Amino acid sequence: MKPRDLSDLALRNLREAILRNSLTTLGIAVGVASLVAMLSLGVGLQQLASKRLSQSGLFDSVFVTPRMNLRGMGRDAMPAPTDKPPRLLDENARQEIARLPNVVEVYPQIRFFTEVRYDGKPFATMVAGMPASSKASGSFDGMQGSFFSGDGAYETILQSEFAKELNPQTSALIGKELVLRYAERQSLPQDSANSSATPPSSNSASLPGGFSVVPKEMRLRIVGVVDTEPASGFGGYGNGRLLIPLQVAMTLRAAQINDLRDIVRGTASAQTFASLTVRAKGPAYVEALEASIKNMGFGAFSLLDASKSLATFFRVLDMLLGIFSSLALFVATLGIVNTLVMAILERRREIGVLKALGASDRDVKQLFFFEAGVMGLFGGVFGAFLGWLIGRALTFGTNVYLHRRDLPSVEITSVPWWLVLGAIAFAVFVSLVAGLYPASRAARLNPVEALRYE
Amino acid sequence: MPPSTPSNGQPAIRLDHISRHYTMGEAVIRAVDDVSLDLPTGEFLALLGSSGSGKSTLLNLIAGLDRPTSGAVIAHGQDLSKVSSLELARYRRQTVGMVFQSFNLLPRMTLEENVELPLRLAEVERGDRAARVQEALGRVGLGKRITHRPSELSGGEQQRAAIARALVNRPKILLADEPTGNLDSATGESILTLLKEIQKNPGMTIVMVTHERPLAERYADRLAVMGDGKLLSNGAAR
Ligand SMILES: Nc1ncnc2c1ncn2[C@@H]1O[C@H](COP(=O)(O)OP(=O)(O)O)[C@@H](O)[C@H]1O
Ligand SMILES: [Mg+2]
Repeated sequence: MKPRDLSDLALRNLREAILRNSLTTLGIAVGVASLVAMLSLGVGLQQLASKRLSQSGLFDSVFVTPRMNLRGMGRDAMPAPTDKPPRLLDENARQEIARLPNVVEVYPQIRFFTEVRYDGKPFATMVAGMPASSKASGSFDGMQGSFFSGDGAYETILQSEFAKELNPQTSALIGKELVLRYAERQSLPQDSANSSATPPSSNSASLPGGFSVVPKEMRLRIVGVVDTEPASGFGGYGNGRLLIPLQVAMTLRAAQINDLRDIVRGTASAQTFASLTVRAKGPAYVEALEASIKNMGFGAFSLLDASKSLATFFRVLDMLLGIFSSLALFVATLGIVNTLVMAILERRREIGVLKALGASDRDVKQLFFFEAGVMGLFGGVFGAFLGWLIGRALTFGTNVYLHRRDLPSVEITSVPWWLVLGAIAFAVFVSLVAGLYPASRAARLNPVEALRYE
Repeated sequence: MPPSTPSNGQPAIRLDHISRHYTMGEAVIRAVDDVSLDLPTGEFLALLGSSGSGKSTLLNLIAGLDRPTSGAVIAHGQDLSKVSSLELARYRRQTVGMVFQSFNLLPRMTLEENVELPLRLAEVERGDRAARVQEALGRVGLGKRITHRPSELSGGEQQRAAIARALVNRPKILLADEPTGNLDSATGESILTLLKEIQKNPGMTIVMVTHERPLAERYADRLAVMGDGKLLSNGAAR
């Protein structure tokens, strides 16, 4: 029989027991819907996680530190990966790393604990320098106010918890000024005038070892309040509560932890970095970049392995979700088997007539197979739609919940086209498999016996 | 005796010592027991015999719906006991047409759709089908009833529709198993008149199972009588 005639007859047969076949199809649809909904949740969560993580910069960054293989100090007991001597992590090194291929930017981590004054009251907080690129990271997407007007602007963005300490009505803070108090390191021989735009007070306390620490103040205009704590790179400004442009932070030359080590090494005159964060063009370049930085004589570290195991985690999660929801589909296929076997019993005589009129075993088999396939197709299409709806409902429900808690909305489900097509194809495939037994049983039906009794 | 068309020496149907046995546990039922018979092309054979004598079993063997336990069924030179089941299906599609006592029209299909069924199975071009369905139904006098369902027709009309369905693929052999069994005698006569009419088609051979001897004698060319699976007699009707 030609496919067109086969489909005519199959559809006609399906219509003749419309209720039973619809219920069977609905069973498949429910199975497919649960499969699509579960997998859309897996895919959505994965997209959400990887979007958040790529915004965080964790997976396209290499964290660079000076390699410390000072013998006898117990650190780096393992042999150095290269025979290059350890180098100082200074401005030269920073520029050299910036020239490596596929590097977007190289910036130091500048963080320090200090005191600010707002409205005459003192607050202790952690200041963090933000590179200009962090604006694009997505961390500032839902912020109040705006990002820094420039990389050297005397402006600050407050983390909202900290902002609430200053004024519970955080939006009222924007445009106001606060005073940042910091300690500036100054070399002892030249007690030069400060280049900072804000008038420094001169109340220097002398330290042994070549420089003195001078307490200073800086006025900063509050331009924004950000909800989530922005994170970028390891040990980044994740816990910074008062964010200022990186350029400003660098010129502050704030007293950082590495200063004391510099004193010990006797390199106090040149500014060195405790660490640098190197951003690659994408996670794919991280591995090579990490190797070449190590080769330059620095310590380098990335979260590549973590990113790989995250991908594995989601693959396993998808698989588990898929297996569990396939159970529903499996039960639905038993429905197909049942429906078609019932149809054989009811259509005994019809099958006998078809054979008497010249239908081959293959024609009869294909007819039943086709009916199974059509139920699978309809069930698949309807089920994919239903699954998409369930996914939307999940996202909607989650967002209602998040909204009540003043949290930004998220897409926790995603139904990509491959999931839709895959689910429909899977439903048809499974239905055809379910149709195998009934179809071959119908085909084997003895026409003489089928036609004998009225 | 009207030996109608030249049969190029070959019988339409040759049964060569065929048997069809059923085993029921220990017992062997010889539904058809060593039957040999030659039927020339163009003849109308009536198969007589009491109930359970093996008439339907024999007819199903000729129809290619069943295979003999032993012996050969040769229809237009083709040995049905040797061909594959796919070829047997093709034989049923192209060489024979079947009519049953209970009509066996598919109840949810219109007459047109019922008669189209063999054309679908034989993969006849869609464009040619409507005309062939119309022609077949016209021949049995149902040209104006094509959109009716079987339940809307009388028994005689249903049997005519079944005959139209059997003929639509232009078979060489028409097999009818008690076609008048469910009909009153007047209607039965009209069906037999129709079969006699069909026999006039060049090369059309007819085998009809019946247990109404008087009817068979009036319409058939040849009578074969079965009893207990065996062929008791075989000869000209008049
Ligand atoms: N499938 C079968 N299994 C067992 N016995 C059968 C089967 N088919 C037919 N028979 C037996 O074969 C004999 C002939 O049957 P059948 O050809 O239908 O007779 P008729 O058509 O002459 O009334 C009967 O005794 C019947 O019971
Ligand atoms: Mg019978």
